[in-house]
Amino acid sequence: MNVPSRGTYSGGFAWAMARDLRLAWRHPDEIILTLAFFALVASLFPLGIGAEPQLLARIGPGVIWVGALLAAFLALPGIFAADFADGSLEQMSLSPHPPLGWAAGKIAAHWIISGLPLTLMSPLIGLQYGLTADTLLVEAVSLALGTPILSLLGGACAALALGARGGGMLLALLALPLFVPVLIFGAGAAEAQATGLAPTPHLSLLGAALIAALVGVPAAVVAAVRISVD
Amino acid sequence: MTEGHAALEVRDIACRRGPALLFSKLDFDVFPGELLCVRGPNGCGKTTLLRCVTGLTRPDAGRIAWLGQSVAEDPARFRGDIAYGGHLPALKDDLTTEENLEFSLRLRDVAVDREAIARALAAVGLEKRRRLPARRLSAGQRRRIGLARLSLDPALLWILDEPLTALDDAGQAQFVELLDRHLARGGLALVATHHNLLPPSGKVRELRIAP
Repeated sequence: MNVPSRGTYSGGFAWAMARDLRLAWRHPDEIILTLAFFALVASLFPLGIGAEPQLLARIGPGVIWVGALLAAFLALPGIFAADFADGSLEQMSLSPHPPLGWAAGKIAAHWIISGLPLTLMSPLIGLQYGLTADTLLVEAVSLALGTPILSLLGGACAALALGARGGGMLLALLALPLFVPVLIFGAGAAEAQATGLAPTPHLSLLGAALIAALVGVPAAVVAAVRISVD
Repeated sequence: MTEGHAALEVRDIACRRGPALLFSKLDFDVFPGELLCVRGPNGCGKTTLLRCVTGLTRPDAGRIAWLGQSVAEDPARFRGDIAYGGHLPALKDDLTTEENLEFSLRLRDVAVDREAIARALAAVGLEKRRRLPARRLSAGQRRRIGLARLSLDPALLWILDEPLTALDDAGQAQFVELLDRHLARGGLALVATHHNLLPPSGKVRELRIAP
């Protein structure tokens, strides 16, 4: 008899990345909607608060971060819900590949289709607010460090909320409070730059949080998926 | 593996769902080349039993051993040996028939080339639907992707929940043929079904779950 495969972390990671990216490619409207939502939210603030250039430059970094955070949140339910509904999550749980591999792969793919485009688009929105080139750069760097944390934390919450009635509302209650520290340091970095202070302490803290999340959160995602599939 | 030794041993397994006890003190063995049909009325816990054996659902009590080794000690090794087919098709509507099959095999860490996939799809009558997205397939055709997957997966233990649902007569015959080949190779199958499965070469036993 043949020896069964024991799978590999990289095999599961590559599998999840390849599949989720191909699915996203088939449905580019989801990425476009996320970006459109980001642009809309960021454009609503000047309409509500008033469009004085000084005021906009003052609130810009924070508004862009809140907009990106909400747009990233909007994309969260899709990360596991479809796989849960069609049985793919059962098959993944029974795969010889270790669950840590495919869970990390799914989160990475989710970041590529939500956090990364938001990060790349942020300088455009920043221009709308009249931010300086340095501030735009720091804003993008802080988003590049912060949005993966959002995908990781949000992924764990989305896995926990699977199968719960009113999952969307539950997800908001679970995930948004966890996003608060990321928002504070992320927006803080760009604001510090805008007011002439060094953004590095904020960025270092964001980087440290990202490393901690990379180490700790995938295991929590696996545990949450196991509970939801049961 | 020696004949006469149970490959799958389930002892004293019990599961409750909410307040209702579905089954308890259930013992059974499955031997190489054997099909064990799980039978019982709707809602008696057939699906739950299968899910307990796979490990998807945690049973309230009991031990499961695979090839003489407790599954709890090395669940990864056990997962490598089972092909599970549940109620849900695990197909992606936006992927083509071919891509669905390819991804489900890669998830099982089964390396197959495009030709083998094309052959397997042709064998289940889907050669003309290879490049269609799965959303355009009928319920029976979607099930046939599952048949193609089983034909390419070398897993030793099949755990299938109502595998004949939505299949036409030809599809059902094809499933029995696949099952027969699997058993003849020394494979094992644990199947919940209301149909009478009669693979010519395998030994068939029944397990009745009574509430």
